Amino acid sequence: MKTYNNKAWWLVLPVFALVAFSAIIPMMTVVNYSIQDIFDPNTRYFVGTEWYREILADPRLLDSLLRQFVYSLCVLVIEVPLGIIVALSMPRRGLGVPVSLILLSLPLLVPWNVVGTIWQIIGREDIGLYGWILNSIGLDYNYASNPRDAWATVLIMDVWHWTSLVALLCYSGLRSIPDVYYQAARIDRASHWAVFRFIQLPKLKNVLLIAVMLRFMDSFMIYTEPFVLTGGGPGTATTFLSQTLTQMALGQFDLGRAAAFSLIYFLIILLVTWVFYTAMTHNDDKG
Amino acid sequence: MRVRKSLVMLVYLLFVLVPIYWLVNMSFKSNREILGGLTLWPTTPTLDNYRVIFTEPTWYTSYLNSLSYVSMNMVISLMVALPAAYAFSRYRFLGDKHMFFWLLTNRMAPPAVFLLPFFQLYSAVGLFDTPIAVALAHCLFNVPLAVWILEGFMSSVPKEIDETAYIDGYTFPKFFVRIFLPMIRPGIGVTAFFCFMFSWVELLLARTLTSVDAKPIVSQMTRTVSASGIDWGVLAAAGVVALLPGIAVIYFVRNHVAKGFALGRV
Repeated sequence: MKTYNNKAWWLVLPVFALVAFSAIIPMMTVVNYSIQDIFDPNTRYFVGTEWYREILADPRLLDSLLRQFVYSLCVLVIEVPLGIIVALSMPRRGLGVPVSLILLSLPLLVPWNVVGTIWQIIGREDIGLYGWILNSIGLDYNYASNPRDAWATVLIMDVWHWTSLVALLCYSGLRSIPDVYYQAARIDRASHWAVFRFIQLPKLKNVLLIAVMLRFMDSFMIYTEPFVLTGGGPGTATTFLSQTLTQMALGQFDLGRAAAFSLIYFLIILLVTWVFYTAMTHNDDKG
Repeated sequence: MRVRKSLVMLVYLLFVLVPIYWLVNMSFKSNREILGGLTLWPTTPTLDNYRVIFTEPTWYTSYLNSLSYVSMNMVISLMVALPAAYAFSRYRFLGDKHMFFWLLTNRMAPPAVFLLPFFQLYSAVGLFDTPIAVALAHCLFNVPLAVWILEGFMSSVPKEIDETAYIDGYTFPKFFVRIFLPMIRPGIGVTAFFCFMFSWVELLLARTLTSVDAKPIVSQMTRTVSASGIDWGVLAAAGVVALLPGIAVIYFVRNHVAKGFALGRV
């Protein structure tokens, strides 16, 4: 049991100060912008919730919000099961273990714009392997002009980039299962499915929650990779929330709307993550 | 079953490695060969692309800039996160749970939200276009993560060790540095790895907070478009070079990385 001691605050103070500087001050600036109309530093009007009402009625935001949810959902539906399968296929001992671990981690270490560049190259029909193969077997594949192809490429790119994270999380979860469990299952002549369903899956519950939470958060903020790959196009087919926001804030310098947008965006992530977090700590408390 | 498992693993690793191979392959080709048609390996291997990166000042300084803000970020994140993680793992205090969740919310904040305020904040305090600005900005998502991972690792160290040390007459700082930190060395390694990883790969904030003097490799790479089109060879070589530090770091923490990915919570 932890002891109650308020002096522990002294240990937390540096973190608090640092994060306050780099989070609270900027966040207050955003709040400030979202409720004012600013022409120049000296001319500003208080406009209340006007920006919020405007932004919530903006079809551009609603479009990219819907697109974002579909995208994050696709990411989770593909990456979580695939990650579990890969984790279950990891070698158990020997040289294969560190080799697979390092190779699996490779995509995670590629700078995000390089991820975009890699897929931009490999998907091209003239100089890229995949684009060339797809076109030479007769598929008319072009991620730059066909929205469906662009979507597929952005999704496969994300699967390539992040499934390893899910796999490594699950692998570490699987490793914590004592051998006795498997022995007992063998004595009971349990099927592979039964072993997975009643031994491995329950043990994976916690890491899977972390995985789903991290993947949801990060896919919901995705910016760099699709930006490099497709630039959000063709049209607005792969323009996700972060890009819409960046266009608004830096491209059009539309501060009020961008700020209101930011806060709504943040709140959505916060809400969803809070649900996962509560589920996770709830499990922690139980055991 | 055995064979099927290895097959799944092999297919997946192939899926992971082919795009990376393609990048490496391209980095050894001349632009003429790249645009001339599809070749599975360089027919006339050349080191010219790498020569550009290691001799042109804009390239190698941007590489060094990235390394400098990433290492600063690693040091800052660890320095502030270590004591905080200890507090969270050992004590209950006023508002501890709220504080912990609040820290995590910063990991969730989309960097796009913070672009403009960060730009203004760091310009106002005169840090714009310095590596330290990027290092501090990256603390936004790295510090919460560091606290989270370290807290997991620290909680697995039995509390009796602290108590015994205090009975033996150790003061807190002495105990913390001499006894406690060596015990969670793997955790510190993994945390450093994560801070490195997320700071090294980030583009949006790093690009916004720098212009000339502190330009990182990631934004230098977005500027390979010249009059004659994109310089694919140099771009590929820069990508390969940008991969190397990550591989070096993961080699050092390979034995602990699986646990670290579960944020010390398994």
